Amino acid sequence: MMREVAIIGVGMTKFGELWDLSFRQMIIEAGARALEDANIDGKQIDAMYVGNMSSGQFISQEHTASLIADHAGLVPIPSTRVEGACASGGLALRQAVIAVASGIHDFVVAAGIEKMTDVMSEQATGALATAADQEWEVYAGATFPGLYALMARRHMYEFGTTEEQMAMVAVKNHSNACMNPCAQYHMKITVENVLKSPPVVLPLKLLDCSPITDGAACVVVAPAEKARKMDRVPVLVAGTGQASDTISLHSRQSLTGLRATVEAARMAYKMAGVGPNDIDVAEVHDCFTIAEIMAIEDLGFCKKGEGGKLTEEGQTEIGGRIPVNTSGGLKGKGHPVGATGIAQVVEIVQQLRGEAGKRQVKGAEIGLTHNVGGTGGTAVVHIFKRGD
Amino acid sequence: MAAPRFWREIPNRYNLIGTKCGNCNKVLFPPRYICPHCRRMGKLEPYKLSRRGKIVTYGVVHVAPEGFEDQVPYVLAIVELEDGPRLTTQVVDCDPNEVKIGDEVELVFRRIGSDNEDGVIYYGFKFRKV
Repeated sequence: MMREVAIIGVGMTKFGELWDLSFRQMIIEAGARALEDANIDGKQIDAMYVGNMSSGQFISQEHTASLIADHAGLVPIPSTRVEGACASGGLALRQAVIAVASGIHDFVVAAGIEKMTDVMSEQATGALATAADQEWEVYAGATFPGLYALMARRHMYEFGTTEEQMAMVAVKNHSNACMNPCAQYHMKITVENVLKSPPVVLPLKLLDCSPITDGAACVVVAPAEKARKMDRVPVLVAGTGQASDTISLHSRQSLTGLRATVEAARMAYKMAGVGPNDIDVAEVHDCFTIAEIMAIEDLGFCKKGEGGKLTEEGQTEIGGRIPVNTSGGLKGKGHPVGATGIAQVVEIVQQLRGEAGKRQVKGAEIGLTHNVGGTGGTAVVHIFKRGD
Repeated sequence: MAAPRFWREIPNRYNLIGTKCGNCNKVLFPPRYICPHCRRMGKLEPYKLSRRGKIVTYGVVHVAPEGFEDQVPYVLAIVELEDGPRLTTQVVDCDPNEVKIGDEVELVFRRIGSDNEDGVIYYGFKFRKV
């Protein structure tokens, strides 16, 4: 990287069905918290990147980068929306990191937001399905749970992964979410609850799926040199990686992992000079329980096919070998699609600073975020290190 | 949606016309406009695919998208055609509990759906067990 980059402030709204908050109110609340956390003034912000998947379908509003700069009182700074379906937040962070690393800007906000509950749930499902191939997948009657069910079935067939192991991902993430004040769900569930929940697209049941959520999150990115002179423990962005893959599942050789994740992780690990065994805590994209199992394999925390076993052994719990989704993940914390990639960074920064309260992973020094768009047509991986 | 969006896909969807790359001989479906393997545009030609294949994976849809509600539960699957390409489709005319990975299937021409009550009705391929 040209110039070392750090995260100096983080903030987010509570995630959930925020009926009393508008899109504008949500992003202002998250942004104000991030600036307060960084202890800087809005006047110091040089630019903003906003991750937002589908405001056009969710609130009939495009051009949200301008809207946000306007309502944040930040005009005339350059404000840019980036879209990569559910990976939009991760992409926004990557753009902010590149902008600071290049020396073009000093203080850059990476924001993520989605307001999903202003439409009925069937409309929200339809909006999410636009991340898949409309002409050749959605056309045939596919939904997002449908496409992940196809991967789940194949994973079960090739590796013997069980519905119980998938359920354990949801049980763990709900349990972690209970310790996160910002999470949508504060409700413990059991393996039996998951297995007996209504079928969505079998083998996936309702409690294998992340919910529809409103939420916003912001982080402030700055040169590490300036971050070191500030009060807070600086958290360095040690590596950034991004990769693409075919938009449709049927065009891929493997249906049991995401090549984009593998490629993005390879890039991020190389830049950070670390490997999977060095990671102390990870936030991964568990839009469905099978997605977390595939992610922990693709990121190298275990061998391909052993993600179910690693979960069953409790190795991904807080206190395990590699705690995954301490925030509650997309499953327990909620999944406001554009905000998710930034909210993952909020959690990792809090973990590395030692500010994660009851969810704290003791002695965490290196953390990872993994954000996926669609069924893996886009993946973004970032690696963070304590900078003191 | 306006009619052209469906009309222009009719050859591919009704007759399973994909593309074949004259440079590297790869058979591609859904149709492509540049070969993703050798990245040549010049030698892509229409290619009529085999109507038989095998189930690579499947799921049983209980919560359907808009327009598919009256079909639940239905089998959503990825089928690998004898010529090699894979596609996303439904497997019909069977009990969803009797579908397995590896099952041989053949194409059937079916109504897929419609935009709304007065919108375009569109047709295409589904598959059934042989």
